[in-house]
Amino acid sequence: MKHIKTLTRKSHKSTIAKGGCGECQTSCQSACKTSCTVGNQSCENN
Amino acid sequence: MGRIHRFQLNNKNIVMDINSGSVHVVDKLVWDIIELYENNSTEEIINKLKASYPEEDVTAALTEVKALVEEGLLFSEDLYIDDINYNNQNIVKALCLHIAHDCNLRCKYCFASQGDFHGDRLFMSLDVGKKALDFLVENSGNRVNLEVDFFGGEPLMNFEVVKDLVKYGRELEKKHNKKFRFTITTNGVLLNKNNMKFINENMENVVLSLDGRKSVNDDMRPTISGEGSYDVIVPKFLEFVKMRGNKSYYIRGTFTSNNLDFSKDVLNFKELGFKSISVEPVVASPEQDYALLEKHLETIINEYEKLSKEYIKFKKNGDGFDFFHFMIDLNQGPCFIKRVVGCGAGVEYLAVTPEGDLYPCHQFVGNDEFKMGDVYNGVNNLDLRAEFKDANIYSKDDCKDCWAKFYCSGGCHANAYNFNNSLKKPYKIECEMERKRIECAISVAANLEGEED
Repeated sequence: MKHIKTLTRKSHKSTIAKGGCGECQTSCQSACKTSCTVGNQSCENN
Repeated sequence: MGRIHRFQLNNKNIVMDINSGSVHVVDKLVWDIIELYENNSTEEIINKLKASYPEEDVTAALTEVKALVEEGLLFSEDLYIDDINYNNQNIVKALCLHIAHDCNLRCKYCFASQGDFHGDRLFMSLDVGKKALDFLVENSGNRVNLEVDFFGGEPLMNFEVVKDLVKYGRELEKKHNKKFRFTITTNGVLLNKNNMKFINENMENVVLSLDGRKSVNDDMRPTISGEGSYDVIVPKFLEFVKMRGNKSYYIRGTFTSNNLDFSKDVLNFKELGFKSISVEPVVASPEQDYALLEKHLETIINEYEKLSKEYIKFKKNGDGFDFFHFMIDLNQGPCFIKRVVGCGAGVEYLAVTPEGDLYPCHQFVGNDEFKMGDVYNGVNNLDLRAEFKDANIYSKDDCKDCWAKFYCSGGCHANAYNFNNSLKKPYKIECEMERKRIECAISVAANLEGEED
């Protein structure tokens, strides 16, 4: 595309079927310990 | 609610498709088209923009926009799931072990009341610790990866128990086919060669507490005798990080209204040689003189933007570092379910006190209303667990119309409760800061796209 550069095509919808396995890191166990930040966690299932 | 969020930052026009999670960097023409797209026909858009752009360019750009809409990557519908069927078995997979309710620093903002969490100064016994790990294994169902954070107070004050619990955990791993990921959060005062070696060999991640510049740190993090802690701690952290090699760690500071110019503290960490940095807003009630208030928000938001510019510059020069809140993996991030349910406190994540009592997370420890049970008898406050389980982005009114909900997942339960007395009413100042951090993180990703660091 000339006018649009898509950074990610991954859609949340596509993660529903295999999602919710619960193996990923608990967000507050990472660095913050004060504020929940799920968006920068990684999926263990990819 | 709106289906997209547009913002301009760090020389990029960014369009986020809220419901799919897709993110697009667009030129000025598409930026203008997007503004008109939902309420205008193709013809109307062309008519409105043809004075500013050649008509064939508008048509071509519109074709690109429509292709993404058809793919479900722009203006997509909310996936709203009526019944979030998450963790029906009430599996527990992460514990925060309060190894010591005592501390060798007297940080002024400590939510743990200088380590004792408003109770007695206590150390967790090995017996309680073992029971906690047994409880975790027994309640972990088919989860393989289990997380245990050694927390305090200051966990190095009770380090023999930490070592024995790691050993015990390794025995349990073999017996039950589990994998313990141990982590520790420390202020560094008691670090020495022996415990550094043990930590480096056994802990998957380490959180090292320090507030940035010496004056900032020493003002808020004095020793018991009232002296600054910076000069004692920094050499130890530097030695520790050097020994740690490529293993994960974070140097983690807290900013307050006394250092609203906290980007300088982040950059001070960088100058010292730390590569993984997190600096977090203080959690404090408004009457404290160091609390963050609504009147500080504009300054804080500008500071995040300023930091993002520096961050991009360092990364582009091949001299980058990681700032926790600017790291966002757009392609390998968490699944939709995780984004809806959030941190899991009170359900899959619990805190354990030195006595073995269970709380929804470390922030609730010491508040009797939130006691959930103990490691000997398990969770018995089922109503409370249900309340935590039900607090997700679809049950919080303020989240429904927020573009950032799939990134922050509803925010921190403890903040919501402490400031609004409800798990379902997010804390506004936190929301504002989080929205800005997400914008910064995405603008960083847009700027570094295709670059190698």
